[in-house]
Amino acid sequence: MKRRDFLLSTIPAAAILPEVINGYSVKTFDASSPLIQALMQGITLTDHVLVIIQLAGGNDGLNMVIPVGAAYTNYYNARTNIAIPENKVLPIAGVTGTGIHTAMTALQSMFADGKAKVVQAVGYPQPNFSHFRATDIWMSASNSDQDVYNGWAGRYLNYEYPNFPAGYPNTDMPDPLAIQIGSTTSLTLQGPSVNMGMSITNPSSFYNLVSGTTDPTPGTPAGKELKFIRLVNQQTQKYSTVIRNASNAVTQQGVYPTNNSLGDQLKIVARLIKGGLRTRIYMVSFGGFDTHSVQVNNADTTTGGHATLLQRVSDAIKAFQDDIKFLGVEERVIGMTFSEFGRRIKSNSSVGTDHGAAAPMFLFGSRIDPGMLGTNPTIPSAATVNDNVPMQYDFRSIYATILEKWFCLDNSVVSSLFPPNINNQLQSLPLVKTGACNSVTPPSTSGDLLITNYPNPFTNSTTIRFKTEGGHTLIQIMDTLGRELKVLLETDYPAAGTYTVTFNSENLPPGVYYARFQNGVTQHVRAMMKVR
Amino acid sequence: MDRRDFFTPRQRRKIAKPVAEPIQTFRTESGISTYTGAWTEPEIIHLLKRTMFGAKKADIDYFKTRTMIQAVDELLNPTAPSPALPIKEYVTSTSATTPDANIAQGTTWVNDINSDGTVQSQRTASYKKWWIGVMINQDRSIREKLIMFLVDHFGNETSTVGNANWIYKQHDLVRQNVLGNFKSLVTNITKDVSMLRYLNGYLNVASAPDENYGRELQELFTVGKGSDSHYTESDVQQAAKVLTGWQINGNTYTSVFTPSRHSTVNKTFSAFYNNTVIQGRTGATAGDLEIADLMNMIFSQQEPAKYIVRKIYRWFVYYTIDDATETNVISPLADIFRNNNYELKPLLSALFKSEHFFDMLNRGCMIKNPADHVIGSLREMNTQFPAATDWDTNYGFWNTFYSWIVNMGQNPHDPPNVSGMPAYYQEPLFHEIWINSDSLPKRNQYTDTMINSGYTRNGQRVQFNCMAFAQSLANPGDPNDLIDEALRIFFMNDLSAVSKTQIKTQILLTGQQWDYYWTNAWAAYEVSPTTANFNIVNTRLKSLFQYFFNLSEYQLA
Repeated sequence: MKRRDFLLSTIPAAAILPEVINGYSVKTFDASSPLIQALMQGITLTDHVLVIIQLAGGNDGLNMVIPVGAAYTNYYNARTNIAIPENKVLPIAGVTGTGIHTAMTALQSMFADGKAKVVQAVGYPQPNFSHFRATDIWMSASNSDQDVYNGWAGRYLNYEYPNFPAGYPNTDMPDPLAIQIGSTTSLTLQGPSVNMGMSITNPSSFYNLVSGTTDPTPGTPAGKELKFIRLVNQQTQKYSTVIRNASNAVTQQGVYPTNNSLGDQLKIVARLIKGGLRTRIYMVSFGGFDTHSVQVNNADTTTGGHATLLQRVSDAIKAFQDDIKFLGVEERVIGMTFSEFGRRIKSNSSVGTDHGAAAPMFLFGSRIDPGMLGTNPTIPSAATVNDNVPMQYDFRSIYATILEKWFCLDNSVVSSLFPPNINNQLQSLPLVKTGACNSVTPPSTSGDLLITNYPNPFTNSTTIRFKTEGGHTLIQIMDTLGRELKVLLETDYPAAGTYTVTFNSENLPPGVYYARFQNGVTQHVRAMMKVR
Repeated sequence: MDRRDFFTPRQRRKIAKPVAEPIQTFRTESGISTYTGAWTEPEIIHLLKRTMFGAKKADIDYFKTRTMIQAVDELLNPTAPSPALPIKEYVTSTSATTPDANIAQGTTWVNDINSDGTVQSQRTASYKKWWIGVMINQDRSIREKLIMFLVDHFGNETSTVGNANWIYKQHDLVRQNVLGNFKSLVTNITKDVSMLRYLNGYLNVASAPDENYGRELQELFTVGKGSDSHYTESDVQQAAKVLTGWQINGNTYTSVFTPSRHSTVNKTFSAFYNNTVIQGRTGATAGDLEIADLMNMIFSQQEPAKYIVRKIYRWFVYYTIDDATETNVISPLADIFRNNNYELKPLLSALFKSEHFFDMLNRGCMIKNPADHVIGSLREMNTQFPAATDWDTNYGFWNTFYSWIVNMGQNPHDPPNVSGMPAYYQEPLFHEIWINSDSLPKRNQYTDTMINSGYTRNGQRVQFNCMAFAQSLANPGDPNDLIDEALRIFFMNDLSAVSKTQIKTQILLTGQQWDYYWTNAWAAYEVSPTTANFNIVNTRLKSLFQYFFNLSEYQLA
C-alpha cells in the first residue's frame, strides 16, 4: 500500500484544512511525527492549473466589453472618434445589454460554448495611473498605498511549498512550481524570499524551446569559453530535463494562429500541461495596449491597432482552449486575463485613450461559470476627461476566489495570503463551477525541512524547529510587507544540530508571518499563520 | 587607430598541418611590443578585471585620467601600506587544552606561540576570513591577485601544515616580496616553516634524505616540466642532499639549520645543469651557502623563466599557449625576466603594456575563478561593509564569502595538492574546470542571494545595492544608457542589440513600449525619493542585475 493511499483512506478530506488540524486531536501527536510533518507541510494535491495572461500597457476595457441598448448613447458620446458602432458589437451568449469587440469572434464562440466569463469593472480603491506602480499593485495584490515586495501567486506557492527551492525538485514535486514564458519571472511569482517561478526563455537555458534569440558566439577564445559556459548552463538547469521531456512528449497539437505571439506562448503552455508537468501556474505576457493615439482607424473604428490586439487575444485563447480539449486536459485548466489598468472613459483628440482605472477581466475554461458578472459601467451622459470607470469588483477577490475555489485552499488560508486591511474584505465570487475541489487529495511532504513550526496555524505562540549546520545562525520574523519585525535568534552554534525557539506573537494581528532562517550561505523561509 | 589594426588573427600557414583541431579558434600572433591603440573604457576595464578583483566604477574613472603606461605603472607600484594583521575574532573553544587567553579578542595572534590544535584550527579559520577581507578591501594595484597567484604557485595546504602562525608567515613572506625578486622569494620559501612542514623538509637529514621538496622545487616551483626541461631523478636526489639539515623550532616558530643533520658531500648534478658540482660544506653557514648555490644553478638555466612566465600567462591572460604565443610572448618575456635577474616588475610591466595583452582576441576569454566571481562582484557593485572597527561583524561576513568561494570549488591556501589549483595546469580543460554542473548553479545562487536578501549579522546587512550602482552611472534615467553602461562594466562580451532591447522591454519597461516610462519613474524617484517611488525603480533594477549576473557572459573577464 502506498503512503498516499494510506493517507487517503485514513484522513478525512477536511483534515487538510489547517485550522481543522489545529482544533483536531492531532495535538496528541508529536510534532516530529511524519504524519504531522506531512499535514503541517500542507501541500494541497490538486492537478489544477491557472494560466495568467497579462495584457501589458493598460487595456481599453470599454472598447473590449461594450454596452449596447440603452447604455450605448453615453458610451458613444464619450468617445465618438473611437466608438465601435452598436451594430458591430458582438453579442455574447446569455448576456443582454453588453457585447464584445467586433474582432473577438473567437471569444464570442467560447461564450456560446459556455467556456468564457467576463467580470465587469475590476479594480481597487484609489487607482494608480502609473504603469509600473499599477502593475506592481496588480502583481503583489497590495493596497494602492502599500508597498508589498512579493506577489500573490508567489505567496500562495510559498505557503504550499515552504522551503522551496531547498530540496526541489523531488519525487512529490519534480517540476517547476510556476513557469513564466518570458525572460524574467515577474513580481506575481515572487515569494517572500525567492522567486517561486522559472522563466523559460532565460537566454542561458531554453533557447530552442521558444522563439527566444540567442546571441552568437564569435570564433575567438572568448566565444569558445562563452559557448562552453552556455552548454554547461543548459545541462545544469534543474528543470531542463523535465521541461524538455514534457515538451517532447506532445507530438500533435491543435492549430494556432500565425503571427500571434500570445498564441505562440499559449501553445507552449498547452504542450507542457499535456506533457505531464505538475506546474500550477503559468504566466504569459502580451504587450502593446498603451493606446494613447491612433487606437482605431478613422475610416472604420472596428479596425486599427487595438482591434488587432484584441483579435490576437481572442484567437489565441480560443486556439488554446480547443487545443487543451483536443489534448484531453481541458478539465484541469482555467485562465484569466488582466491589465494594470483600463483607460479613460472619454477618448482624447489623438484618436486614443489615456490611462484609466477599472476594466473588465476575462476568465476562460470548461470549469468556469460562464456569462457575465457585474453590470455595464456607469458612464456619465457628458463624460469629462477626469471620468473613470468606477470599480465593481476588487481584483483581490478574483485572486482569492481562484485560490479558494480552484486551488482548493481553506478560506482562512486564502485571506492570510493577502496583506492586512484587505484580507477581511475579500469576496467569494461565482467564477468557478461548483465541484472543482471535490477530488482534492491529501497533502504530502516535499523538500528539505530545515525550518518548521508547530503548531501552524497558531493562536499566540508557536515553536520553531530548525536544523543548523553549526556556526552563525539567524532567524528573523518578517511580515507580508517584507518588514523585519524582530530577530528571534542570532547565535553561533559550535556544532550541527536541531534546535527549537519559541515565537510569541503577542500583539501582532492575525495573518501570515515569515520566519527567515539564515545559516552560513543557506537561507530558508517558513510561512507561519496566526489565527484568532 | 582603428581596433582592426591590432586585431591580428593568425595568418594561415602555407604548409598545411595534417590534423587540425576540431574547433578552430583564432589565436593571435601579436607580441610584446608596447600597445599603442585606443585607451578607452573597454581597455581600462580589461586591464582592471585581469589585474584586480572586478572593475570598480571608481577605478575605471580614475584611470581615464591616466595613460595606459601610467595605469600599468600604478598597478605595479602599490603605495598603500600592508593591511592590518589578522586578529583573534574567535572565542577560544573550551576544548582547547592550552587556550590562548593571553591574547585579547580584537588583537592579533600572529606573534603568539601556541601549538594547541584547537587554537590553531580557530586561527586558520581567522586567517582565511582575514584574507578574503583583505581582497575585498584591496588597494588599487595588482598586489592581491598576484599574492593569490604566488600562494597557489607554492601549493601549500593549511590543513596539512596545521599551524596558522606558520601559514601566516608564509603568506606574509609572499606579501612582502610580491612585486620583488622571484629568485629570492624561492630562496626564502625553501626555508619557510610552512614549506619545511608541508614538503617534509624538516625531516630531511643526511642519513636518509627526503626528496619531497627537492623534487617539487624543480618540477613545480622553478624549472617545470616543459619540453626543454630535462632535469633527472639524480638531480632530485642531489637537490635533496643540498637541502638537508633544516628544522622547525617549535618554540620560536622559526626555521633553524642544524649542521649535524646536513649532508656535507659534494652534490653533482646532471648535464642539464652543466654537470654543476655544489661543494659540500660544514658548519652553521653551510645550509644557506648551499641553497644559494642551488638557486644560482637553477636560475642560470633557460627553463625557469619560461616556466614561470607561462604560469603567469595562464593566470592573467589565457590558458592556450600555442607556437605563436610561445615564440612571440613567452620567450621574449622570459628573456626580460632572466635579464632582470628575476625581478617580477619588469616582466609584468612588459606583459601588461604589450599589444598582445590588449589584443581583442585576448579580451573576455578568462573564466573567472570563484574568488574573482565572489569578490569581483562585491567590488563591482561597490558593496558596503560595516566600519573596520566592527571586526566581529566583518569577520562574520568575510567568512560567508569565504564559504561561497569554497563551495564553488576554490579554497585559497588549500589546493587539492602541491600542484595548486588544477584550473591553472590541468590540460586540456584548464579554466573550464571552474565551470560544471555543481559550481555554475552556485555562482548564480550567490548573486541571486546578494541581490535579493544579502546576509544579516549583528543587525547589519551586506547586500548588492542596485540603486546605488545605477545612481553611480552617467545616465540611469535612459534605459538604453543604463543597460549599455552597466553591461560595459559587467561583461567583456557585449550582448546583441536584439537581446538588449528585449531585456529593456521585459525588465525595465515591464512590457511597455515607451522608454519614457522608465525615464519618468527614475525622475519621479529623484525628485521625490519616497518608499513607493524607490520600490518602483528598485524592483526593476534588481531584476535587471540578477538577470545580467545569471547570463553566461558574466562568468568571463
